Formats: sequence, structure tokens, C-alpha cells
Amino acid sequence: MRHIISIGDFDREWIDSLLDHADRIDGKQFDSHALEGKILAVLFFEPSTRTRLSFESAIARLGGTSLSVGSVEACSIAKGETLADTIRVVSGYADAIVIRHPKEGAARLASEFSTVPVINAGDGAGQHPSQTLLDLYTIRQSMPIDGIDIALIGDLRYGRTAHSLASALSLYNARLHTLCPRGLELPETLYARLEEQGMEIIAHENITDIIPEVDVLYVTRVQRERFPDSASYFNVASSYRITPELLADAKKHLIVLHPLPRVDEIDPRVDEMPHAKYFEQSRNGVPVRMAMLMQVMQ
Amino acid sequence: MKNNETQENEGLLVRRIKNGTVIDHISPGEALNVVKILGITGTTQEALSIATNVPSRNMGKKDIVKLNNRELSKEEVDRIALISPKATINIIRNFKVFEKKGVETPTLIEGLVRCPNPGCISNTHEPIRSRFSVKEKGLHCIYCDWVITGDIPSHII
Repeated sequence: MRHIISIGDFDREWIDSLLDHADRIDGKQFDSHALEGKILAVLFFEPSTRTRLSFESAIARLGGTSLSVGSVEACSIAKGETLADTIRVVSGYADAIVIRHPKEGAARLASEFSTVPVINAGDGAGQHPSQTLLDLYTIRQSMPIDGIDIALIGDLRYGRTAHSLASALSLYNARLHTLCPRGLELPETLYARLEEQGMEIIAHENITDIIPEVDVLYVTRVQRERFPDSASYFNVASSYRITPELLADAKKHLIVLHPLPRVDEIDPRVDEMPHAKYFEQSRNGVPVRMAMLMQVMQ
Repeated sequence: MKNNETQENEGLLVRRIKNGTVIDHISPGEALNVVKILGITGTTQEALSIATNVPSRNMGKKDIVKLNNRELSKEEVDRIALISPKATINIIRNFKVFEKKGVETPTLIEGLVRCPNPGCISNTHEPIRSRFSVKEKGLHCIYCDWVITGDIPSHII
């Protein structure tokens, strides 16, 4: 039984093979009855739009069905049930479980108590492997991933998509450029692990220094609640805002990615530029998650 | 005269036990942490002797812990390697050394230290024990990827 908990559990060969599979699915080369009769339990203990809907879309496109609880308030966790018990119960109702949970390591715990495969759809500030796979897939549509210069911008401390992506990119000899508000740097343990894996990490203080150097701009949302007051939030948020004027200095092939939702990080005028790939990135969630479901449910 | 005094002190400090475990060659100052890592508390029934900063020919100074009537298991013994990798274990039966062994750093430790990450699932009421893989850099939480790089005793549950 295979679980997908952390991108760090997989080697490059596995990742490349899954992305190849997603590519074939994207080209309509798949059996729309591949998972007929299979049930996916979608357990989201945190809000989500894209991840949840794209997993539900993915199972539906493969002929399967999904089960979910409406909200945390509506399920037995609200009555004090442990996650371990919830997982034991739900694994009797479904053929695989997709879980999002606010605590780091929740998906790993779920995999220990589940009798069916578990896919991590985000655990606290930890890992978000399905997002990482679709991020890599989107980069690969524009350029080879090997040796790219990529900038991670925004909340790098709590942003699990950035953590997960940085871990995966260490397998591709990518060079990492970072730009974040003070106090929201990459966690020390992750930083140390990436350096240990031979990744070059360059911290920047000014967005204009980064733009001409990189092939990919990966922008994440800085949450307002991380700041003591609105004024300091707006001050920081505006200093990272990606605008057409800033992108005037960009390499021609530069792509802008964002796991979405965006708030103020990217000027809507950028949407019309060829650099903007974040809506394609979001759409890519379906073929990538279809490949993931086939990997664990077939 | 001085030698006699040292011998006398050593005799008092490291008196032979009839049955049990002697943990010798503990890094000086780590004896109390060894006791902690073994889960020995004030309510433990066995007689316990601790000697710290005892003169040692090889180490200059060392600590010694003696535990009467209890033979430590391999899992317990190997935990000691986390804080004192040169420690040696003597299993004593009827005043004689029945078995002498070093400590081996374990690859995985369960339920011994608490993950310092407040957001880690292992710090909730879930029915799991903390689990860390032992890496060169420190202890790696298998749930949240946090790495404890120093002062392991302060994280012991």
C-alpha cells in the first residue's frame, strides 16, 4: 500500500514518472473508467477550494466517487474524537483518503492508522506534495526543471507550498532565491536540510535584484495576521507586489507561479502577460491529482 | 597518602553491587541526564548510586551510574549513546561482570523526547508516541520533520 505524505519520501525517478503520467492524462490518454467503483474520502479539516475541488474532479474524471464531511464542525472531530479514530473509521468506508489538517505530521499519523492509501493535501506548515507535483508539472511545461533559478517570495516560514517545492527542487539542482519579510524566513531545519542536499540558497532583500536573475517567480500570500497591524502588513505586501513594470526586466521565458488564492501579491494586469502561468498551474491540479489517485488506488 | 585517599573515596563512591547494571565511562557531568534518559525517577524502587567527576585514567574525569537489581535492556542502554556515546555497560551478577558492552546509537527513538514544534501532531492527544530518527545532525521528528540539534536532555519527556 502506497501513501503520498511528503515529497521527501520520493526520488526523482518517481516524480518524473508521475509527471509523465500526468502529461499523458492531459493529452486525454487515460481510461475514464480506470477507478470505476472506487471511493475517495476527502477529509479536509481546514478550508480549501482548489485542492479539494481538483481532487473531487480528478476522481470523478476517472469514474470514481468521493465522500466528504461538510466542515469540521459537522464531523466527529468536533465531538473530541481523535484523528486516529476518525481515520480508522473512514478507511472502512473508502478506497483512499485525502486529508488536509492544521497539524504538521497529521497525514503521517493518518497513514499509520489507515487501512487504505492516504494522500496528504497539506498538513499545517509542513508538506503539500500534490501542490508540489503540479508546480513542477507547470514549470516543466515551460522549461526543463534541471538547474533553474527560482525565487520563492512571500511567507516562507509558514507557507507549506514553498517548503514542499524547495525540498523537491533540491533533486533538480535548482538554485533558490528567497525574499520574505523579516521573521518569515524558511525554517532553520529546512534551510539546513536543503543546504545539506547541496542546494544553493541566496537570500535577497529587494525584489528588483531578483527579477532579472530567475527563470521562475514563485509568489505566495503573506497573511495579514502575521503582522502586528494593518499598516506594517500593507507596507510589506506592497514591497513584494509583482507588477508589469517590475517584469520589464525579466527574462523572456520567466514564468510567474502562485498556489492561489492571491490577494495583493500580483497585480491583475500581470494576468494578461505571457509570464503569468498561475491559472494554468491551478488547472494542472486535475491531471496531476488524477495521476496520483491512479498511483495509489489502482 | 593522596593515592590512599583517592582509593578510599573511590571505594565509597563506586562500591561494588551484587546484581544489576553499572554504567561506566559516562561523559563527566552527564550522569544525571543518563538517569533521566533511562526514565529513572524518585519513585523508582531500585537502589541507585551516582558518582560524578570521578578521576579516570582514560577520560580524565568520568561519571558512573549503578543500578541495583535491574539489568538494562538493549533499547534502554542504546538511548545513553545519544548523550554519552563512550559509555560502557556492565551487567553484574553475583558481584561479577556477567556482560560488558558499549552503547550503540539507535536509529529510531520512540516516546523518549518531546518534539519542540508546538504545531506537531505528536504534541496532541492522539494515541501515538513521539518518534525521531537519529541522524548525524540531530534527532529528526518523523511526523513534522523538525530537527533537534542540541541539548537533547532538555527535550526528554
